[in-house]
Amino acid sequence: MKKLFTIALMGMFSAGLFAQGYQIGDVATDFRLLNVDGNYLSMSDYEDINGVILIFSCNHCPFVVAYEDRMIDLHNEFAPKGFPVLAINPNDTIVEPRDSFTKMIERAQEKNFPFDYVIDANQEIFPQYGATHTPHVFLLEKVGDEFIVAYIGAIDDNARDASAVQVRYLANAINALIAGERPDPAVTRAIGCTIKVRQN
Amino acid sequence: MFLYRISLFLVTFIIFSPAIDGSQPHFTKDIEVIDFDTFAPRLNKDDGTVYVVNFWATWCAPCVREIPAFEKLYATYKDQNVHVLLVSLDFPNHLESRVIPFVESHNVQSEVLLLDEPNANRWIPLVSDEWTGAIPATVIYNSEFRQFYQREFTFEELEEIILPLL
Repeated sequence: MKKLFTIALMGMFSAGLFAQGYQIGDVATDFRLLNVDGNYLSMSDYEDINGVILIFSCNHCPFVVAYEDRMIDLHNEFAPKGFPVLAINPNDTIVEPRDSFTKMIERAQEKNFPFDYVIDANQEIFPQYGATHTPHVFLLEKVGDEFIVAYIGAIDDNARDASAVQVRYLANAINALIAGERPDPAVTRAIGCTIKVRQN
Repeated sequence: MFLYRISLFLVTFIIFSPAIDGSQPHFTKDIEVIDFDTFAPRLNKDDGTVYVVNFWATWCAPCVREIPAFEKLYATYKDQNVHVLLVSLDFPNHLESRVIPFVESHNVQSEVLLLDEPNANRWIPLVSDEWTGAIPATVIYNSEFRQFYQREFTFEELEEIILPLL
């Protein structure tokens, strides 16, 4: 009985936890953040898009590094279809100096990122989205002037080996939107590096 | 060359020979590499022990930072039915190059295993529905209690959770 109660309590608690951050269908906030090209960028600056593949990302995390080439491929595959990748670094750069803005520029140049890479320098954006780790994907569909959360989670089902991927969750979700359907699954999970929060 | 081989053999023998004096060897560590289905029962034991199951990786700075807290917990409470299990999420091809050297250089005494399961979306919800995938993450449970934590711990914080369970 006690066990049942505990499980019920856990259920309530977890529902509470998941209420933080965006759910599928929520309107996502836009932002104005410094891009590696030196300009400030908002999602509303993109013209003629159908959405944004927003990926909370960084330089140092091995899971991000494992996915960098796939992020480039995703941009090259889907930007022409109206879904550019936009990487956003949420990490505090004092806690994690390898994710400093200078190092972001270096990484973007080294890898020749075809996508934009902005920094959430005040750490005000990632909590609104409910991003917890890198890489953490939020696929946003543009409806009118609003960005609607359509898919949250993983890029695919195999972080460590691109050649062994069986399900491309994110690509499938984008293709669903292009086909006028809802992504299924709309939420997936993946291991990643905890977002490094500023210490006071 | 022959001498070198002999000495290598001797060194290997000395390092890997199971504790001639009967005590536990301190400098070698068996790290089991298992898939999730093999691992899953370790999250649901009902034998009067308090299990502290921590998900970590050598590349995860906050995980590495809190390992001493788990080690101290194990050292302090292992005789009171507390078992600490450190589940590495390092890639399996880093077992020899990173995980074993880490465990040996830090003289980790808690049980360590490496979870070899690429499709995290399948098994993360089976650990906890609350887990978004960020590490460190920890499950603490016994027959009466189960809680999941997606956060970093100090020894005192861990102690505060397990003391009422002893």
